[in-house]
This record gives sequence, C-alpha cells and structure tokens, in this order.
Amino acid sequence: MAFLSTLFSQAINGLQSGSIYALVALGYSMVYGIIMLLNFAHGDIIMVGAYVVWMATANFGLHPVVSILLAVAVSTLLGVTIEKVAYAPLRSSPRLSLLITAIGISFLLENGFQLIFGAGAKVVPEFLSGPSLRLGGATVSFSAMVTLAVTVAIMIGLTLLVQKTRLGKAMRAVSEDMGAAQLMGINLNTTISFTFALGSALAAVASVLYLSSYAQASPTMGSMLGLKAFVAAVLGGIGSLPGAMLGGLVIGLAEALVSAVGLSVWKDGVVFAILIVVLLVRPSGLLGKPIKEKV
Amino acid sequence: MSKESTKLVEVPGGVIPERDAGAPPVLEVRHLGIDFGGLTAVDDFNFIIGRTEIGGLIGPNGAGKTTIFNLLTNVYQPTRGHILVNGVDTRGKKTYEVNRMGIARTFQNIRLFKALPVLDNVLIGMHNAMTYRLGASVLRLPSFWKQERAARSRALELLSIFGMQDLADVPAGGLPYGAQRRLEIVRALASGPKVLLLDEPAAGMNPSETAELMENIRKIRDTFQIAVILIEHDMNLVMGICEGIAVLNYGQIIAKGTPQEIRTDPVVIEAYLGKKGGAAGC
Amino acid sequence: MQTKLNRRTISMPARYLINAALIALFLFGGSAFVGSGAVSGYFIKVLMLIGINVILAVSLNVATGYLGQLPLGHAGFMAVGAYTGGIFLKAVRADQASGVQYALCVGAALLLSGIVAGIFGVLIGIPALRLRGDYLAIITLGFGEIIRVVLTNIDEVLGFKFTYGASGLKRIPKITSFFNVALMAVLTCLVIHMIMKSRHGRAVLSIRENEIAAESCGIRTTYYKVMAFTLSAFFAGVAGCLYAGYLGSLQPTTFGFMKSIEILVMVVLGGMGSMLGSVLSATVLTALPEALRAFSDYRMVVYSLVLVLVMIFKPTGLLGQYDFSLSRILEKLMNPKEKRRKKEGGADE
Repeated sequence: MAFLSTLFSQAINGLQSGSIYALVALGYSMVYGIIMLLNFAHGDIIMVGAYVVWMATANFGLHPVVSILLAVAVSTLLGVTIEKVAYAPLRSSPRLSLLITAIGISFLLENGFQLIFGAGAKVVPEFLSGPSLRLGGATVSFSAMVTLAVTVAIMIGLTLLVQKTRLGKAMRAVSEDMGAAQLMGINLNTTISFTFALGSALAAVASVLYLSSYAQASPTMGSMLGLKAFVAAVLGGIGSLPGAMLGGLVIGLAEALVSAVGLSVWKDGVVFAILIVVLLVRPSGLLGKPIKEKV
Repeated sequence: MSKESTKLVEVPGGVIPERDAGAPPVLEVRHLGIDFGGLTAVDDFNFIIGRTEIGGLIGPNGAGKTTIFNLLTNVYQPTRGHILVNGVDTRGKKTYEVNRMGIARTFQNIRLFKALPVLDNVLIGMHNAMTYRLGASVLRLPSFWKQERAARSRALELLSIFGMQDLADVPAGGLPYGAQRRLEIVRALASGPKVLLLDEPAAGMNPSETAELMENIRKIRDTFQIAVILIEHDMNLVMGICEGIAVLNYGQIIAKGTPQEIRTDPVVIEAYLGKKGGAAGC
Repeated sequence: MQTKLNRRTISMPARYLINAALIALFLFGGSAFVGSGAVSGYFIKVLMLIGINVILAVSLNVATGYLGQLPLGHAGFMAVGAYTGGIFLKAVRADQASGVQYALCVGAALLLSGIVAGIFGVLIGIPALRLRGDYLAIITLGFGEIIRVVLTNIDEVLGFKFTYGASGLKRIPKITSFFNVALMAVLTCLVIHMIMKSRHGRAVLSIRENEIAAESCGIRTTYYKVMAFTLSAFFAGVAGCLYAGYLGSLQPTTFGFMKSIEILVMVVLGGMGSMLGSVLSATVLTALPEALRAFSDYRMVVYSLVLVLVMIFKPTGLLGQYDFSLSRILEKLMNPKEKRRKKEGGADE
C-alpha cells in the first residue's frame, strides 16, 4: 500500500514534469517543422523567463500575475529577436551552420546570465500557492494541479490555433513546403516570427510552472531541461505537435518511474538511453512521418 | 555518322548483337516494378542490352525513366521483378555493390563532389580499382605509391577523352555546366563499368556540344567495349546514336525498337509527341 | 600537366625528408628548450594544454570537417580515453616505473585509451551514422551525457571503486610531458593527413560532398563513415589519456556538453575541413585565455559570441578569408608548405 501511494505520487510528479517538458518540446517541434532547425537556444528561453520572474517578484516586488505576464512578454520578444538576428541571415546557408549558431546562442545566453547574475541559484519567492488535494494516502500539490490544468488548456488552445486560424494554416503550409507556401502569398518572415514567438511564449509558461514547484533560477537550469524537452520532441516525432505532447509525458513518467524504484541518479542516463533506442528503432519518432531523399 | 554494323538477333525481351547470344546478357531486366505507397511508378519493365549496345530510354516527363535508373543501381529496391547483371541477380545488393558488379551512372541533377578537384572526382570513381589498405596509406608503403601513381595517370587519360586533363586541379563545382556533365561521365567510367547509365547527358548543352557529346559517347563505347543506356530528351541525340530504344509512359513500356521503328510508331507519336506531333526529330 | 606531375613525383622523397627533419627538430629541439629551464613550469603547462587541444580539434575535424557530420559528444570519447588511461596508469603504477618500463607503460596507456575510445566510436557510430544530420548530433550528445552519468554512478553498480564517482579519480601518475604531448600531436596530424590523402580519405570526403554519388561510385559509405568516426574517437581518447596524465585527477563533470562545444568552436573557428585551421585555432584559443587570465569570466561569453559571429559572417571559418577559403582544394597543392607552417604553429615559443 505504501508502495502504491509512492507510485501514485511519483506518477503525479511525472505528469507534472512531463507537462513542462511537453510545453518546451512544442517549441522545439514547431521551429523544427518550419525551418528544420534544432533550436538549441530554446531551453535557455526558459532560463531567461525564470530570471524575469525572479527579478520582478524578488527585486521589484511586483504582483505574481504581472511578473508572469512580463516573463512571457520578454521571452517572446527574445525568441523573435534571436531568430531575426542570428537565424534569419543563415536561412540559405548549410544546415550545419544554422545548428552551430543555435548552439552558440544557447551558450551566449547561459554564460551571459552567469556573468551578470553569477553562477549561484536565485531563490524565487513563492508566488503560486493554494490548497493541495488529498487522494487516499497521497497528496497532489497545488502546483501540480495548476501545471496539469494549464498544460491541458494550452494544448487545446494550440491545437485550435494551428488547425483553425490563418496563421496556424500558414505555419502548416510553410512546414509542408516553404517555397510553395511563399508562392501562395504566405509571408515567410511573419510566419517564422510567429512560430518563434509562440514557442518562446510556451517556454515562458513552462518556466513559470517550473518555478511553481522548484522556485530556483540559475543560468544553466535551461540546458538540462531543454535537452530533455528536446528528447521529448524527438521521441514524439519532431515536427509533430501531438508527438511533442506525448513525448513530454513519456519522458516525465519515465523519469518518475526511475526515481520511484530508487535509481534517481540514473535519471538523465535513462532519458538519453530512451532517445537513442527510439532513434534507432523509429528514427522519425512515435508520431512523426518519415522523410525520404529524392534522387 | 556511320551506324554500328553489328548484326542483331532477337531474344525474348529485346534485340542484342549476335555475338552476345549464348552468354548471359550484360544487363537483363525482367518484369521490374516499383510502387511508392500504393502508386505504381514502374510496372512490368523488361529489356536486355547487348555488350556494346547503345540503348535509349525516352518518354514524357514523369514517365519513370530516372526511377528505372534508380532501380538498376538499387538506390530504390524494386517491389517486383529481377535485374540480372551478367546473369547475377542484384536483388538485396547495396548501391555500391551494384557499382562493383559493373553498373555506373550519372545523375540528372548533377551530383559531383563540388569542393574537390576534378582529378579527385575521377580518383573517387576509381576507388575500387585501388586495393591498398588503410595501413598502407598511413605508412606510405610501396603499394600506395604504385597504385596512386597508376590511378593518377589513368584518371588523366580518362579526362583527356573530353579534353579535360588540364582542368585536373580545378574544383569540380567551378566548372561550366557542360563540363560538369562531362566530368560525371568520366567519373562513372572511372569505376570500370560494363554498363554506363547516362541520365540526360545533353541537358543544357548547345547543339554543337551535343554533337560532340554524341561522338564521344560512341567513342567511349568503342574504346571501352561497354554498353550504354541513356535517358534523353534531345531526339537528335537519341535517334542518332541509339541502336535500340524503349519508350516509357506512365511507368510502362509502350514501344520498343530501332530508332526508325520508334520514329514511325503511331503509339509513340500519340503518347509521346502528342496527337498532332510533327516529325520525331523535332 | 605532365611535367608538373613529374616534378612532384620526383620531389616526393626530398619533401618527406625535409618534413621528417623538421618534425625531429621540433620534437627534440622543443623538448631540449623546454627542459633547459629557460621557461617557467607554467609556460610548459600551457604548451601541454595546447598540444592536447590540438589533438582534440584535429580529431574532431575528421568527423566534422572531412566527414561532414556534427558529433556533439567528442568530450565523451575524451572521457573514455581519460578514464581508461587514468585507471591503467594507476594500476600499473607508472610513476614507480623507470626507463624502458616507464616508456612502455606510457605508450601502452596511450594506445589503450585510443583503442577503448575507438571501440566506443564504433559502437556509437554504427547506429548513429545510419541517421542523417541533426539526428547524429542528438545521438552523440545523448551518448556524451550517458557517459558522464555512467562515470559518476558506475561504482555503485560494480560494488567496488573503479571511477571513484563524483569525488573523482585521483593520484593518477602525471606522465604527460612536453615531449609526449608534442609527439602525439605530430603523430595525430601525420596519421590523419596520410589517411586523408589516400583513397580512403577521398572516400570520406566524397561522403561529405554527396553521399548518393559516393555510393554510386562504389564506395561503402557506411564503412567509411564508421571509419572516420572511429578515427576521430581514437585520437580523442589519446588526448583524454594525455589530459589525465596532465591533471593527475579526473572528474566526470569535466567532460560535459560544454567541453564538446569548446572543441567544436576550435574546429569551426579554424575552418571546417582545414587541419591547419584546427591546429591554429586550438593553439590560439588555448593560449589566449591563459594570457588573459584576468578576463577569464568573459571567456565563455566571448567563445559563444565568436561562434555565432563566425557562422553569420564567415561560415567557412576564419582561415577562409584568404587563399584558404578554398583550403580544402588548395591543401593538396600546399602540402609541404602546410606541414611546415603547422610545425611553426605548435612550436611557437
């Protein structure tokens, strides 16, 4: 019975962190779908978002809602700026150059923040509090409930956005065939900017949700979180939105399971092992579609 | 332009030079077909080519001509049918193994090693003509020097077919378009094929270049005693050089025969040249 | 054309003789100079670090520049080599050996480190190289992270002290000297150079240029991809062993993603596919932060900024600015010159 309740609370933990991974993975997946770039800097957007929340609440004592909105705004702006400044000039260069640029941006953000704020972690004051729920022997924390609720809401909203709106259709068209989409009168720059904005906003939301349970911001917090979210995106099939969601949840639950059996030090290893196995067995991911090169 | 004087014999699936009768044909294709996700791209494709024959594969765009080259070189694995090179089935072989069995090709969209010098492009074609091992190259053993030197002079010799020996050190990507096409042919020849597949060798060439190319293809066939199959839209080239032609439409052969027969075949004229199409040599 | 070829062929033995003499001069002259006490111990340490980084950059360049892939786990191979070398050196008590015995211990450690890293290269390469482009980058990144996790936690599984986990492998015999670093750096460049200028090297380059055409030319692309990858891993392992013998202690965190990127920056900055570029940028990027110790906080910021700027403005690397923009092509013509300059780059003291 004790084991069952451990398992249950670990499953809740898994769903909670899985939701965060899923939100971040969506950003990776959307950007890859549009410009075929593994946006390594995406994870660091989370970090920036966390620092904004920290600054706003701890330094300026702003209202939590205001600081959350601020985090989303800054992250969105940052995401769009990075694309305009660093990626757009390389749109016609070899993919390798673009990938290396993304790695460079990621490092720039991490090291820049380390330089400005120091390597130590900043404690973010609690800003999301409420009653926790008792289910049998296990407790579901307020932050877990909020995380799950927000993630589900965002997933639904995003699906509607991509399926129904003009910009969503433009995104799908560009990811299908960039050249043809342009000929059909779709504004490439707007669509790409919109994708980055959307992905970065989601990353900021993920960042807030992350802070609601860990309450710390550090320069490198985004790198492992980002890498794992990225694994989630690949696992689900990069370029596929439902895939990113599924991948995030799978990674979160797998981590929780590994912790539940007392092997939490192997957590990272297991995540990357899952990645490697998936890539070998099904390179296009769980829900992705395979691509063939034309001869 | 003199025509090949070889006597031809009829065998099931095609016409080959008389002296080839008895030996397995250098390349024989039986009931070849491939589906792409339910769509049949090539179906029931049969042909035989003689040891020193020049064959042509023509047909409207999208008829499946390049797909056939991809099948012959096992870039695509066929869904149905068999490809026999000197009587040996190539099913399940890798592309590089098919090359070693004696099939070399060029590409419709040129695929040279652009950043590398012309000479290296040819030397890469001769990869399997050299046999020295990794250790021999690290230690610069005599086998390395001997084979490299031989390969070098052979490569220059091959380049001289097209008068390109002086361009040996130029990066392949810097060559003019026509020269790039010619270099692809040299590179394919370098692997010592028995069958040379040329995918639109004259594309983008002007009439005088095409005429020269025609001469050179014939010269290559005569010097190396190999078979050549070419895909081409330039009817002057195809009619002027090919001894046998297969016409492809919607992935199926709709006509086969000598240039004269093809030129007058009403089915071809209708399907390929359009109902009101004029002379085949348009 | 013919005369040009003849001239080259004739000059070949002479060229090799000159190069051999220069290498000998560099190695023995260099170590005599270093051993004479004319330079400080700190300076020698920097020189050793330069040599190790040269090996790392040149070896990564095989996979990145020549093969055209983007492995992000080079530090993983280095870690494998470092731990193999470290554990081996401790086990054979290399610090208590002397003379021939000592040389044998060191040689065996270097070779073993390379081989074990190379085996990992094959094991990772065979599955990873089936995938293209980005996926290879991800899978090698994942591998690098797994190596780190394994090095940290393996002792618990084994039940005895092997890698000493997060606390680190300590008291490794400090076998690394200027001479053996310089020797290994020269050997690395030489072996890779010899391979690249042979049919095997051309096969590797052809894969970078156009994989489908390479295969149509009869080249076993999978074999050559794995070969290049393994070669790259082998020398990363050797560098790792030298690093272990240089530091005297190892910690898994040293070999994180960050380290892989540092090496990548060296290769990219020098110009992908240019060995001279890798050598020079490894030298500069090692020496410069040492010279500017006061600004060490800014080092990683500058690194990443440089990486981005180079990619945006000069994707072919810095050496691409002059005649080396065609470095890959011109390398052949510049063989002798390049080698001589390379030596100068290493022995620049």
